Amino acid sequence: MKTTRAARLKHVGAAGAVALLLALGACSSAADDGSAPGGGDGGTPYVALVSKGFQHQFWQAVKQGADEAAEELGVEVTFEGPETETEVDKQLSMLQTALDKNPDAIGFAALDSEASIPLMADAQSRGIPVVAFDSGVESDVPITTVSTDNEAAAAEAAKHMVELIGGSGKIAVLGHDQTSQTGQQRVSGFVDYIEENAPDVEIVDVQYAGGDQLKSADAAKSILQANPDLQGIYGTNEGAATGVVKAVQELGRAGTLTVIGFDSGKAQTDAIRDGLMAGAITQNPVGIGYETVRAAVAAINGEDVEPVIDSGFYWYDATNIDDEDIAAVLYE
Amino acid sequence: MTSTTTVTDALPDAVVTSRGPRYRQQLQQILAFAGLVVIFAFFSVASPYFLDWANIKGILLATAVTGIMALGATFVIATGGIDLSVGTGMTLCAVMTGVFLTNLGLPLAVGVLGGIAAGALLGLVNGLNVSFLGIPPFIATLATMMVAQGLSLVISGTKPIYFSDVAGFGQIALGELVPGLPNAVLIFFVAAVVAGVLLSKSLVGRYALSIGSNEEATAISGIDVRRWKVVVYTVAGVFTGLAGVVMASRLNSAQPGLGLGYELEAIAAVVIGGTSLRGGKATILGTVIGALIMATLTNGLRIMSIPQEWQKVAVGVVILLAVYTDILRRGKDA
Repeated sequence: MKTTRAARLKHVGAAGAVALLLALGACSSAADDGSAPGGGDGGTPYVALVSKGFQHQFWQAVKQGADEAAEELGVEVTFEGPETETEVDKQLSMLQTALDKNPDAIGFAALDSEASIPLMADAQSRGIPVVAFDSGVESDVPITTVSTDNEAAAAEAAKHMVELIGGSGKIAVLGHDQTSQTGQQRVSGFVDYIEENAPDVEIVDVQYAGGDQLKSADAAKSILQANPDLQGIYGTNEGAATGVVKAVQELGRAGTLTVIGFDSGKAQTDAIRDGLMAGAITQNPVGIGYETVRAAVAAINGEDVEPVIDSGFYWYDATNIDDEDIAAVLYE
Repeated sequence: MTSTTTVTDALPDAVVTSRGPRYRQQLQQILAFAGLVVIFAFFSVASPYFLDWANIKGILLATAVTGIMALGATFVIATGGIDLSVGTGMTLCAVMTGVFLTNLGLPLAVGVLGGIAAGALLGLVNGLNVSFLGIPPFIATLATMMVAQGLSLVISGTKPIYFSDVAGFGQIALGELVPGLPNAVLIFFVAAVVAGVLLSKSLVGRYALSIGSNEEATAISGIDVRRWKVVVYTVAGVFTGLAGVVMASRLNSAQPGLGLGYELEAIAAVVIGGTSLRGGKATILGTVIGALIMATLTNGLRIMSIPQEWQKVAVGVVILLAVYTDILRRGKDA
């Protein structure tokens, strides 16, 4: 009796596993339709984009811009990236695979600006033009870099922070990543601006919480606890910024603290509308994707491309959040 | 329900004695608790802002999600197994809660129970894979960890699902049924009491410990080991689901990219609490203290503005110390 039940369950389990695999297979083949990468020969040009991620809303917006450009310019684009922004090795193997598909051009958002140098040489020897996007690569292979000037964007956040707290007081920074170039520049641009331009503003603490909302909320609470007279906090990405908002809400400190964020996402835009957050810097992710594909197509056609393409950034707050040019670059 | 005495009687003598006298388990809890007190005293002296009700509340709230997961993980670890799927599984449950409440607009209670049921289902799959397909727990749950992470992204369309339109959802974690105490903390404490009773007084707990002590002897004594393992993993899944609901409520959103790494924090909490990874020895009180130690350490180090890099070093060292004192103690007893 017992054995029969065991055997039956075993079959059920196996059948379930098979069904799951079939379902997953169906999903992935459906996703491949229409984006099946052809080689570099004949037909529609193919641009392979290897990004820093795909889960985060920001990367979805970059993908959206890339897709828009692809449709407009009549090229095929694929978009992939590792699951977290620390998986440098995984990203490199994605880049290797992309190169092996022999695309007409590659777009690459390096997680580590130096780790990809050998692969850059490989791309060059195969004659595949590379467009760096989001952050640069320590190599002269990429024909251009399409990115936000993060230092300048962070300085803009600092400028608004100084204005909003009235030119003096204690503030803190909650960063999302102390190892990536972008993560560092988001902090250093802010800190440098304060040091050079606001002698009466003191940065009492700079902490990092990995961009995880839950951990950022707990970290921001600790900072607030240790500094009861804090005037403002700057969160360097969506997760960090919404975590700060969460902390302010949970501590009932709304209205007494100036919160400045970075990027968008519904939680952050809602907080700005509700007055919990003073404002934020948004990059232009759709523009990054769009410009990357456009530069790649220009390179395929043998046209000249500027060595640096600044995709721009904007300060937005409750007054301009619904303006057309701002709303176009914000994502939910 | 069979009474406790009958359960113990049904176990082979070897199993009962190998679980050891009660004072041993109590000693480990006392050690863990002493550790917590020392950490607490240290930070209270080190920072004037640490010992403050608002901060204690912050620590408790930070403990809740990982703590609830750790409660479930305790059952699995008691059998000598491991569950790596609790972190991303929690996220999957949060996403499913979002699907039920926001996308399908189902009533609050249905959505919450649905989220918890998703966790139970994940646990059931883990249990079946471990028991009936014979896949080692590490691999079986590593696989479901990945499946859960992928499914969270697929189901949510890689976008966070927000609960802004679901009235009362935020109250689950941040409302205060007991004034001054966020509900998330209350849920954690109630869940801990339930888990404590389940582990020490019910069949599933007794059998889990017995399987962890000596699986063969337990089987020989006529207990359907495979079936009870399925139950154990399912119980763990229920706690995972509850953690997912609490997290979603606290963040007012289901964040599909979150969750990886939480399983290790939960396992660390269980181990600091004196539960043996080899199985057969586990207490819920220990796990609760372990989870509190993890959260208190992180909070205290942050308040002292110690960089995150060093926070991780500190937590790692505490895990080593906790396990080493456990080994020392057992060496002396043996």
